[in-house]
Amino acid sequence: MSDSLWKDAWHRLLKNKLAVFGGSFLIFELIICLLTPWIAPYGFETQNLELTLAKPSLSHWFGTDSLGRDLFTRILYGGRISMTVGILASLVSVIVGVIYGAVSGFVGGKTDNLLMRIVDILYALPFIFLVIILMVYFGRNILLLFLALGLTQWLTMARIVRGQVISLKHKEFVEAAKSLGVTTRTIILKHLIPNALGPVIVYLTLTVPSVILEEAFLSFLGLGVQAPMASWGTLISSGVEVMEIAPGVLFFPALMLSLTLFSLNFLGDGLRDALDPKGARD
Amino acid sequence: MGLSYILRRLLVMIPVFFLVVTAVFFMIRFAPGGPFSSEKKVPPQVLKNLEAKYHMDEPLVQQYFRYLGDLSRFDLGPSFKHSNRTVNEIIAEALPVSMELGLIALCWALLIGITAGGLAALKPNTLYDYIPMSLSIMGICLPTFVIGPLLVLVFGLWLGWLPVAGWNSWQDRLLPSLTLGFAYAAYISRLTRGGFMEIRHQDFIRTARAKGLTETQILTKHALRGGILPVVSYLGPALAGIITGALVTETIFNIPGLGRFFIESALNRDYTMVMGTSLLYFSLIFLCNFLVDIIYVVLDPRVRYE
Amino acid sequence: MPLSPAQSAVPQVLNLGNGGEPKDLDPHITTGVPEFHILMNLLEGLVSKDPKTLAPIPGVAESWKTSKDGLTYTFKLRKNAKWSNGNAVTAQDFIFSWVRLLTAETASEYAYQAFYIKNGKAFNEGKIKNPNQLGLKAVDPYTLEVKLENPTPFFLSLLFHHSLYPVHQATIEKFGSRWTRPENFVGNGAFVLSKWEINKVVSLKPNPHYWDKETVKLTEANFFPIDKHETEEKMFRAKNLHTVDDLPLEKLPVWQKDNSGVFKNHPYLGTYYYWFNCTKAPLNNKKVRQALSLAIDRDRIVRFVTRGGQIPATMFTPPGTGGFQPQSRLPKDGSQIAKAKQLLKEAGFPDGKGLPTIEILYNTSDNHKKIAEAIQHMWKENIGISAILFNQEWKVYLDNQHSKNYMVSRAGWIADYNDPNTFLDMFVSNGGNNHSGYSNTAYDQLIESAKKERNTTKRFAIFQKAEDILLEDLPVMPIYIYSRNYLLSNEVQGWHPNIEDIHPLKYISIATK
Repeated sequence: MSDSLWKDAWHRLLKNKLAVFGGSFLIFELIICLLTPWIAPYGFETQNLELTLAKPSLSHWFGTDSLGRDLFTRILYGGRISMTVGILASLVSVIVGVIYGAVSGFVGGKTDNLLMRIVDILYALPFIFLVIILMVYFGRNILLLFLALGLTQWLTMARIVRGQVISLKHKEFVEAAKSLGVTTRTIILKHLIPNALGPVIVYLTLTVPSVILEEAFLSFLGLGVQAPMASWGTLISSGVEVMEIAPGVLFFPALMLSLTLFSLNFLGDGLRDALDPKGARD
Repeated sequence: MGLSYILRRLLVMIPVFFLVVTAVFFMIRFAPGGPFSSEKKVPPQVLKNLEAKYHMDEPLVQQYFRYLGDLSRFDLGPSFKHSNRTVNEIIAEALPVSMELGLIALCWALLIGITAGGLAALKPNTLYDYIPMSLSIMGICLPTFVIGPLLVLVFGLWLGWLPVAGWNSWQDRLLPSLTLGFAYAAYISRLTRGGFMEIRHQDFIRTARAKGLTETQILTKHALRGGILPVVSYLGPALAGIITGALVTETIFNIPGLGRFFIESALNRDYTMVMGTSLLYFSLIFLCNFLVDIIYVVLDPRVRYE
Repeated sequence: MPLSPAQSAVPQVLNLGNGGEPKDLDPHITTGVPEFHILMNLLEGLVSKDPKTLAPIPGVAESWKTSKDGLTYTFKLRKNAKWSNGNAVTAQDFIFSWVRLLTAETASEYAYQAFYIKNGKAFNEGKIKNPNQLGLKAVDPYTLEVKLENPTPFFLSLLFHHSLYPVHQATIEKFGSRWTRPENFVGNGAFVLSKWEINKVVSLKPNPHYWDKETVKLTEANFFPIDKHETEEKMFRAKNLHTVDDLPLEKLPVWQKDNSGVFKNHPYLGTYYYWFNCTKAPLNNKKVRQALSLAIDRDRIVRFVTRGGQIPATMFTPPGTGGFQPQSRLPKDGSQIAKAKQLLKEAGFPDGKGLPTIEILYNTSDNHKKIAEAIQHMWKENIGISAILFNQEWKVYLDNQHSKNYMVSRAGWIADYNDPNTFLDMFVSNGGNNHSGYSNTAYDQLIESAKKERNTTKRFAIFQKAEDILLEDLPVMPIYIYSRNYLLSNEVQGWHPNIEDIHPLKYISIATK
């Protein structure tokens, strides 16, 4: 795509009200996350054992958790972690998955077979052991968290992109480029990947929530954020325990996650439509 | 594509399978802790006795070849945790349960997912789009460990219509399969919608439209085949995952399926069971992805396997 | 099945939530509580326990005698005790079982329960090869003579432990490790194993050959392995279970307010504590350990965090263990903060300055996390010490704890038998379960002398001295004494809440409310 095409896409995106709304909300959230230490009404670890599982009130907007900590504050701090995890781990999975899948699908033949069998093997390795062993050697490094989360997600991404590329590569415009002597690299980067972006964006909007929730499982293995800090994933899972007694402890973090995902999906759909030059002609 | 392709693909499985066995076998031994470490520490003498009983006193390479030997006779060995059962027996007992749960859940997922996604793609940016897609986002945000207890609370306890847990009658199947299927339905509906939206603009659909076919006809006759490709890609791992990855659902509803063994065996360092579950999962993934690749060709004749 | 009119009114089927899936039902292999709950009904030892008072009552042995020096026990076996296949239970059966427990190839983790028997340890370690040299003798088929290494005052109480139950020789020789499958199982308890589906159910039926079968009322008992307390609680509410094994922490306040009588709460023989690693600075400094222990408010922890009627641990041995009432030596609440600060200053860390960040290790669980968070907060607020938390998956956590790769580590100890010895002999120098690296010769000598003392008053005085040393040196920081919190349907009769949580099914029946 040339510069003007990107510009067109940007203009089309700005015309999509839902996408603009989604994007603005995400930016708003990012700013809030950055400012959390200055705007949070309490410390995320400050306990008040006399006031556990309190209902929402003026002093505690979202109520308190089972150690009497302010839930609003904890959700703000949790957002910092979950947003970072969601963005970085998804990026890892997209970059690795898209390139891997595109190469595999385009080159085809023996290479495709080999690359896809490697994916099969990686699916089969017991993930828990992988994480436990990585932790023995690298400690509870935060980078390891993104790596471990990205590792699980890129496999399916690679398969989706590969499938897409295989169905695209026999199309006229690719054949034409090939006959014109355009290099493989250029064909993959300029023709195939942009045309496969639709499903990638959709799958990406699905990856973000699943890594955010999977982070809670990794913290079970001791990787990830350490208590008393909590992420949205761990807040939701501890909210389930008190679902019947104090529904707010589950409801508010789940609500925040949902709002974020709604925005992400609006933005994702908008991006896909904007990036699709064929769609624009309708 | 022909028979030779299928044969080649199956033949490739043998060396790959061997690689998986080797990788997993040595990998799990590197994790700290062993099958016999427990809170009340086992005295050194007893530990020695235990290790001798399970041949763990032999050098690792010797153990590896012993395992390969057993494996060639389809013997996955005794479980460390469930000491009066073999891994074969446990899988034989638990796999059918998981298959049943997984397949019912998959039916729910496909039924709900494709209907909702197709509906949304047919009338994009209308209520038919917004409502199913919002529900699907809810489905993704409310993971199994929230949906399950929620369904139990509402249908099991408050309304009292369905059992809260167990795996005996047909009523027992409803809540867990819905719980498990819901998450997958959410994914499938989004992928379906995306796939259909993508294909709506492609040339052959334009041609069909020019011929005066209605949108519904286009959708069912033409778009369904091409638009469903991403769903099919996703289904390979998803099918394997839905059969083996039902850990949370199985624990919430106390179902004697295989999913719990995947995590439990790893946490217990039940080495033989970890090997068994990993190999089973690999075989499932391999077969599912294989099926998917074949379905690809059927759905989209432009795809060729050279 | 023909039922008497009284029985036919209510089906005598008991459904129990039983925690985890049993590992096995071989009494020499299993180590867990869920297995014990089932085994105590399938097999019967020489001595049983009164379900109300926990006093030893006749089991397979109808009477017993102790020699003057306390080293020899002579058991008279009842002649009508039968295996579930009709064979008689004899003294030889017990000798076979205990030799099997001690044999190296059995690889029993509880072999040490028979180390009290003369030469038991030597035999297990292979130093003695001939089982005839063990202190076991069948005087005649119905008389068993047992010689001990030391006068072991809690020996009778030990006999209720599953590792010392008898097993059926012919069955084991025929089926090997598969003898515990329902189709093969032969036992001598009030019930027999009728069904065992993995992760689903273990079912028991009455044993038609049991000598006391008239007492047995139940026609069936189903033990459901349920990992998740939430699921168990919901099944109870849906009336699928008569009793649950445990309750979710967050549900305790709700059930405590319930006045239908189904909620049961009582102390339990176990202590929840933190290990201090005495081999590494700064926790090798006794004053730092004392300061940390004084700076927590145990009372607030049990009232607001655990909330299950636990007792603040101002001692290590749970009060009432084997009749022993230890003195309180630690503050119940945060009333000695000033002293804690003073100690910290004396140790060279005024207001915590210069003290490295304390790391608290715990195995992943919501309860452990909440307690660690509360303690972290208390240390910070009360004496200005910062701590960070580390959670690890169970086996990794055990590995680090056992190799002393930690600063502070969570732990809990549940009694193996009802005697203070099970709590206090843990801390002897180089003890297998002493993970703190703590060593004190005076303490070791006290524990050694308690083994030989037969006079209960004197023995308890020795244990009190040991407690005093322990709570002065503080290789551990006791936090609370465990409690049991569970639900029991009002229809269940003959179930007596007790400190050891023992509920033999033979006394239990179902009544309409």
